[in-house]
Parts: sequence; C-alpha cells; structure tokens
Amino acid sequence: MSAVVAEGLSKRFGATEALRGVDFEIERGKVLGLLGPNGAGKTTAVRILCTLLEPDAGRAFIDGIDVLAEPRRARSRIGLTGQFAAVEERLTGFENLQHVGRLFHLQTSEARRRARELLDRFDLVEVGNRVAKTYSGGMRRRLDIAMSLIGRPSVLFLDEPTTGLDPRSRLGMWDVIDELGRSGTTTLLTTQYLDEADRLADEIVVIDHGAAIARGTADELKRRVGGELVEVVLADPGDGQRVIDLLAPRALGTGQVVTGTSMVAIPVEDLTGIVPAVVRDLDAAGIEVLDVGTRHSTLDDVFLALTGRPAEEHAPDDGDSEVGPEAEVRALAATHQAQEEALS
Amino acid sequence: MTATQSLTQAGARDETPSGLMWSLRDCWTEASRHLRALPRNPEVLVFSTIQPVMFVLLFAFVFGGAINVPGYDDYNQFLIPGIFAQTVLFGSTFAAVGLAEDMSKGIADRLRSLPMFEPAVLIGRTFADLIRNLITFVVMLAVAFAIGFRFEGTLAEALVATLLLLSFAYAFTWINALLGVSVSSVEAANSASFTWIFPLTFVSSAFVDPRSMPSWLEPIARNNPFTIATNAVRALYNGRAAGSDLWLALAWAVAITVVFAFLASRKFTSSTR
Ligand SMILES: Nc1ncnc2c1ncn2[C@@H]1O[C@H](COP(=O)(O)OP(=O)(O)O)[C@@H](O)[C@H]1O
Ligand SMILES: [Mg+2]
Repeated sequence: MSAVVAEGLSKRFGATEALRGVDFEIERGKVLGLLGPNGAGKTTAVRILCTLLEPDAGRAFIDGIDVLAEPRRARSRIGLTGQFAAVEERLTGFENLQHVGRLFHLQTSEARRRARELLDRFDLVEVGNRVAKTYSGGMRRRLDIAMSLIGRPSVLFLDEPTTGLDPRSRLGMWDVIDELGRSGTTTLLTTQYLDEADRLADEIVVIDHGAAIARGTADELKRRVGGELVEVVLADPGDGQRVIDLLAPRALGTGQVVTGTSMVAIPVEDLTGIVPAVVRDLDAAGIEVLDVGTRHSTLDDVFLALTGRPAEEHAPDDGDSEVGPEAEVRALAATHQAQEEALS
Repeated sequence: MTATQSLTQAGARDETPSGLMWSLRDCWTEASRHLRALPRNPEVLVFSTIQPVMFVLLFAFVFGGAINVPGYDDYNQFLIPGIFAQTVLFGSTFAAVGLAEDMSKGIADRLRSLPMFEPAVLIGRTFADLIRNLITFVVMLAVAFAIGFRFEGTLAEALVATLLLLSFAYAFTWINALLGVSVSSVEAANSASFTWIFPLTFVSSAFVDPRSMPSWLEPIARNNPFTIATNAVRALYNGRAAGSDLWLALAWAVAITVVFAFLASRKFTSSTR
C-alpha cells in the first residue's frame, strides 16, 4: 500500500483552476518531488493532502486513511512544513517544539524529551533558548521542519522548503532533507527548483497550471529530451527555426529556441563527433554562428521541452531575486560536492 | 544529524488520544503560547498599560473640571468607569491582529494539521487576551485610585462591576476573533477592528450623558450595548442601583460570545479556502 495516494484532485478558486485532476502516489520511504513554477498548484495539493482544504473532486489517502472522511486520524500521521516558516517568533526554539509536541498530545515529559532530541538533530542546541525572532532564515526553516517531526509522522510534507533561503542555508537544507530521505521518511517535497528535485527526489511529478504534465525519475525525464544537448549561439536570432530544421536529422527530439536568447538547444543521443558535424552543416548552409557547445541536459531542459518555456520565466512573484542565488547555489553545490568527495 | 531512524515512524500507529480533557489541555497550551510571550513583547505591554493610564490621567485632568454630568458631583466618578470600559474594549482588538498574523504566517495551517482540538486556537487566544485585559485593568484601577477615584458601593458591587466589564470585553474579543480569521492581512485586521470599536465606544455614555448629544444621535447612543454595559458598571462602582442594565448587559455579553464563538470557530476550521 502506498503511503500517499492522490486521485484526480481538482480545486477551483473562483476563475482559477488551481488543480485539474492530479494523480500521484508515494511509496513508503520514498521522496516524491512535486515540481512546478509559481502558481502551478503545488501548495493547493499539499493543503488538500494535509486535510486543510477540501478538493472539489478527487480523493486522497494517507496510510490508507481517507483524509476527507477521517481528517483527525490522517492528522496524527502527517507532519507539515508549509511554504512559510510557521514558527512562533515570540517563543524560543525549545518552546516552539514543546508546544507542537503538546498539541500532538504527547505526554509533557515526552514532549520535552522530543524537543531536546530534535534541537540536537537539527543543530539548534546553541540557540534553543533564544526566541525564534532572532533566528536566521535557515535556522527558522530547520526549526520549522523539526516541529513537523515532533509527532513522528509517517508522511512528511515539505512545501518549498528552500524558497527564500540564501544559497548557503539552502545547501544546508538539502543535506537535512537528503538525510531524512535516506533514513526512509516518506516525503512529499514541492519545489520550483529543478536542480533541487533532481538532487532530492526519488520520483518527480512535473505540474503546470494545475495539471501533471510529466512524471518519472530525474533520469527518465532527462531522457525524454535526450541525455545530451548541443547549444548553438546564432549571430542572427532569426535563423533559429532554420537551424532546428537543418539539424533535425541529428536530433533525438525537437530542438528549441531558448526563449529570450539567440541560442538553439538540440537534444542528441551521443556527443561523439557532434560539434564538428554541426559546424560543417551550419557552414554548408551559410549560417553564421557565434558559438557551438555541448552539455548534459538538466531538468530545465525538460521543462522547456514540455511547456515550451523555461521554468524560471513564469515565476513572476519571485522575480529577479531568484536568478542570482540560483546560479550561485549551483557553484556552491559544486564546491560542496567536491569537498565531500575529497573528504571521503 | 545522525541516526535519523527514530525521527519518523513508518506504518501503523494508534490515533493520538482525544476527548474533553485533551481539548481543555489544548486550550490551555494555546493560551500559554500567548501568556509566555506577553512579558517578552514590551510594545504590547506598553500599549496595554501605559496608554490606558495616560487616558485616565488626560481625561481626568483635561475634562475633569470642564464637564458637568447630572447626578454626579465629581465628573471623575462618572468618567473613570467609562474609560475602564473603553480600554478593555480596545484591548479586545488584539485578537483580530494576532489571529490575522497566525493565518498569514502559516501558523494556523501548521496548527490545523495537528490532531488537536482546532477551536483551542481561538479559545486559548481569547483567554490569554482576557488575562492581559485583567492586568491592564488592575494597573488602570491603581492609577484611578491614586487620583481620587473610589468605590462608593460595597466591595461585592465593585466585584460584580469588574466581572461584567471583563466578560463584556471577552465577548467583543470573539467579534474580533471572527474578524481576524476572515480578513486577508494583519493591516486589514488592525484597521477593521478599530473602525467599528471607535464609534461604538464614543457614541455612548462612556464620556458624556447621551442626552447632551444631537437628537438623532441620542437614541443610538442610548441603545448601544456598550452604553448599557457602561451604565451598569458605573452604577455598581458608585453604589447605585444598576437595575435592568446589569441583566441586559450580561445578556448581550453571553449572546455575543455564543454567536461569535460559533461563527469564528466555523470560519477558522472551514476547509474551503
Ligand atoms: N485561497 C486561494 N484563493 C484564491 N486563489 C488561490 C488560493 N490559493 C491558491 N490560489 C490560486 O491557485 C493557483 C495555484 O496556487 P498554489 O497552489 O498556491 O500554487 P503554487 O504553490 O504551485 O505556487 C494560483 O493561481 C493561486 O493564485
Ligand atoms: Mg506554493
């Protein structure tokens, strides 16, 4: 039996169709990444599964418990870390944990014991007696997740756990989630970040405008657009379609003009000898190019291939602020990984 | 993080315990969230003690000599119960802002995802507000005594007056609770609650006799439940017969509490938003 089952979830807010019949299941012990841009319907799905919102249609089960029929029973099985860190700023970290423990109906002594244990696990012992108002964003997030684990839930919901964090805290959070995943916590993780889903989720469901548009492991999704990409930067952006047509015989799927740039990305099966071949083709056709390069495809490419737009572009609410940290976090992640490899 | 195995639990487990005692404990747990925070939030304590004290002093010294009210030789004996009543009613607006904050910060979602008694969030909040209002009242009373205010009746009458005052404010806390869980932002909660509390407390008998008001305003002021409560409280502190005002004011308090506690709880626990 799957730990989480969502069947045909639909929800409309006035004219907005937040969810349009979304299905997914999470096997026990697995991490499912619900990946989609801002406004895709991720939070709506989480709120339905956490018994906070009734869907217009569809059903949801936690450990086989129908969340609509028995919300209270379902609640004793779940832990929710919402999109905004829900910590009581006027209480200390310890008090926050103890408070949730008591509301989970643990005995007083057990609530205290759990609070101390979680402070320790989440590296918050030193600040445990400080009011949460004084915490950094990363500390708040860690406390928030610790609070959702107080009742030893069998399913953990993490709604955009790294949105709004600085790059360093974000990496710290990845380690925390990674660790939870490896210890067998069934988790539904939502994210706007493709690299995040790639790194943390066992399986990914891509949602856009309230509908699931693709699903599979990160590798499976990447294979859909070809494992590798050739990128051609054109002198004349108007040549885009010509280049796509010209290179179609060498491509695995359909090439795409990267929105807002003069670059064309062509998915291919194998990179061996591809660059000289592409240069020859383009030269023979008299198309002027500035650069030809290759790279492994990422989930960004998946999104582009599935929706025709890059994922980041339609996240208007977060605006520019996401672009900088996004690039920075990749750089940090690379050094981080290198360090870990060097150590082991 | 090490050995995370015990952080979560896979599979079957009994439902967390529930029942009346647990519900009461949830109410107390939520109340203690706010009571613990009270001494840590100096702004709130300042607003709820210094400001009322200033009110007592300003009104008493600025208007004290200028206004004559029939039946009262000393305007302060008339005025101070009115200020008590207005202040505790102002104190009831904290619930709107506090709950709107819980809603917008995701704290409400977190709490509602727990296997707790959901209305405890509101009951705990209103109870903590009642305690804060009591503290405010005690401080104000001390200042009032310092400038010459006296209980003219028995101690029992003064006690009944105080209980009426606080239960009336408690009832209004529930109106503000409904506001807090209904509006979309903290700012909206703040202005929305004061928008009606201000006229309610001024178009009343709190500071002047309604008979001195324009004829179209007078019946409104006279039938304002806040006037009825103020009149009852004032009569009791001055050792005069409160008459039907006492029962009428109590009836208002109970009716408002029942109706708005129901509406606010229903709104808070609804799963349509
Ligand atoms: N309570 C609500 N009232 C009205 N519209 C809502 C509400 N919640 C979400 N929406 C709308 O539903 C869509 C999906 O929202 P949401 O689930 O929050 O997306 P995500 O979490 O993926 O960013 C958005 O267009 C959003 O504006
Ligand atoms: Mg969201």
